[in-house]
Amino acid sequence: MAEKAKKLKLSTKSNLITYAMLLVFFIVMQTLISTDSISSLLNGLLVPICTYSILAVSLNLVVGILGDLSLGHAGFMCVGAYASAFFSVTFADAIPQDWLRFLLALLLGGIVAAFFGLIIGIPVLRLKGDYLAIVTLAFGEIIKNIVNLLYVGIDSKGLHVSLESSQALGLEADGKMIIKGALGITGTPKDSTFLIGFILLLITVVVSLNLINSRTGRAVMAIRDNRIAAESIGINVTKYKLIVFMISAFFAGIAGVLYAHNLSSLTATSKNFGYNMSITILVFVVLGGIGSTRGSIIAAVILTALPEYLRSLNDYRMLIYSIVLILLMLANNNERLNVFKEKISITNFLRNRKKGNTLDKEAKS
Amino acid sequence: MKMKKVIAALLALTMVALCFAACGSNSDTTGSTSNGEVTLKIGGSGPLTGDYAQYGNGVKNGAQLAVDEINAAGGVNGIKLEFKLEDDEGSQEKAVNAYNVLKDWGMKLSIGTVTSDACIAFQGEASRDNMFVLTPSATAVEAISGDNAFRVCFSDPNQGVASADYIADNNVAKKVAVIYDSSNSYSSGIYEKFNAEAKVKGLEVVTAQSFTSDNNEDFSAQLQAVKSSGAELVFLPIYYSEAALILKQAQNAALDVKYFGCDGLDGILTMANFDKSLAEGVMLLTPFAANATDEYTVNFVKKYSEKYGTDTMNQFAADAYDAIYIIKAAIEKAGITADMSASDICDAMKTAMTQITVDGVTGTGIHWTADGEPSKAPKAVVIKAGAYQAL
Repeated sequence: MAEKAKKLKLSTKSNLITYAMLLVFFIVMQTLISTDSISSLLNGLLVPICTYSILAVSLNLVVGILGDLSLGHAGFMCVGAYASAFFSVTFADAIPQDWLRFLLALLLGGIVAAFFGLIIGIPVLRLKGDYLAIVTLAFGEIIKNIVNLLYVGIDSKGLHVSLESSQALGLEADGKMIIKGALGITGTPKDSTFLIGFILLLITVVVSLNLINSRTGRAVMAIRDNRIAAESIGINVTKYKLIVFMISAFFAGIAGVLYAHNLSSLTATSKNFGYNMSITILVFVVLGGIGSTRGSIIAAVILTALPEYLRSLNDYRMLIYSIVLILLMLANNNERLNVFKEKISITNFLRNRKKGNTLDKEAKS
Repeated sequence: MKMKKVIAALLALTMVALCFAACGSNSDTTGSTSNGEVTLKIGGSGPLTGDYAQYGNGVKNGAQLAVDEINAAGGVNGIKLEFKLEDDEGSQEKAVNAYNVLKDWGMKLSIGTVTSDACIAFQGEASRDNMFVLTPSATAVEAISGDNAFRVCFSDPNQGVASADYIADNNVAKKVAVIYDSSNSYSSGIYEKFNAEAKVKGLEVVTAQSFTSDNNEDFSAQLQAVKSSGAELVFLPIYYSEAALILKQAQNAALDVKYFGCDGLDGILTMANFDKSLAEGVMLLTPFAANATDEYTVNFVKKYSEKYGTDTMNQFAADAYDAIYIIKAAIEKAGITADMSASDICDAMKTAMTQITVDGVTGTGIHWTADGEPSKAPKAVVIKAGAYQAL
């Protein structure tokens, strides 16, 4: 076993640490839940933590691996959330099996979000510069405003859609309103659980890490580092960028599904699906270290839980939250701290041990 | 060396685990305070920071005032009350977190949340746990969809219908324009019902102009449309901060019409830097007018302004004050004791709520049906000389 571990590549070892970290988190939380010693607050936070971790990992694909800035990640989340909540409410009676309905809702939410990623990506990813940031920013705001105007109802004649008001739908007496404009969707079944959230997070991480270490991932990173050089060796820049962008949108959609099925009502406000949320997700990625999947998750977990655990400080928690953000930012760029981090880094510890072992062998031979 | 690091890592892990476990075990389920006195804990959440902070703080102060009064008079059946309002910033997600924090604190009864969207989420969690909810001010229909939930205020549809009825029955105007926030559930909820009822009552809605929360500073386009539509009255089912801007810009555009609003306009007079003369003649449906002369209002206004000043003394504070007294009445009716579980309390309260009739600041003879809606007469006020006057 030890021999085998030594042969593993460094990136694999780093990935194993990430998986181990997730597993420990899961086991600790599950133990707390099963022994009933978990606080209601933490229990309630578990699904949001998974949601935001998935968002951070998926955005990390665009920002860290693709090297482009996306400011509309909350928009993809919104699309996924609305599509899946619409599906779940409409088919609540037709599909009585919770797990099947939720599975289909997850797939639908992800695919719809990926589709939007595709139609945005096709024109925009061909461009150079910051156009992706501009377009995704606009996309997020447009989506939020459109769903706020959307009225959808269903009756025996089928679906009715309007952008004006619920009266304009002309529903029959037996009709059911599904999307009520700014009132959003209410009555979404609470299907999200920590177990499902964790499995989804794990899938996101597996896909993300494997993508990074795949042929596609290497091509994308080559494009990120030097687009001209990558083009010159025959890499299809748009294709690879589009693949990563769509995967990222897909998982953002999945996170949206998780979000929608955790709350009993879904509305699109500037708080949950607006520009601020996109920035919050970007903050997770930047503070976790751009390009680091593990860092993104850690930052998402800490920054989601922190404001809740600071509740006892009342108004000061906003102040402390921002101070923590600033400190983290400074710490990320602090040379002495970075040296210290190198020292305590587990990856480096493994690398040095490997070096030490080879040195030992050399010494022996 | 290696061994040391492994041990250090293990120790750190244990500490983290212990930390989480400690969070879990500190929840107080016995319902007694440190000095051994038996208390009933009432929780709630509301926006204490952000856009609607005035509402959250009003509810916080109003409810606290009632709790202090009740405790000073010996409590409910000898049980002292304890009240706590957590901040939810008006968001659904934070409201769920606030609910969980309150549960850890040992909440047995709740006054739900202050705003509608947050209340739908809060109530969803509460109905799963069978926790009693009596929201002072969440107006959306779905905010009390569970059978555990009741409210003190009117619902959105009721406000829309009552507004249209009032305008039509008192011949305030025939041609009505509406400016509403299409991105806000409260505003679009009222508008929809108002529109439907206006048709029934023979009012002509000449134009309906909307705006969104991202675009709520410049209303010149909407006001021009109102002007050219020839409306006699503008119906404003919106919050006071936007209404203040509309009134200011309408004055600049020389628009000479009447204004009619719902309870969201309450608070406009105490807004910082607002010229009160702009609001002269504005009518609004609100259950609370500070200069009313009934004994409940006089007592509430006196005590509230002594303790918290008049900045947040609005209908939200009044609704919350009433909510605590309604809970008190229901507790007495149901004979609840502090050692009952939250779920048992809820079951008893559900029955008691439909049997009680309460007089309070926001109305007299208020009683409830099992769906949680209150039945009381709507009150309209007009702003005269910078103060509300009952109509």
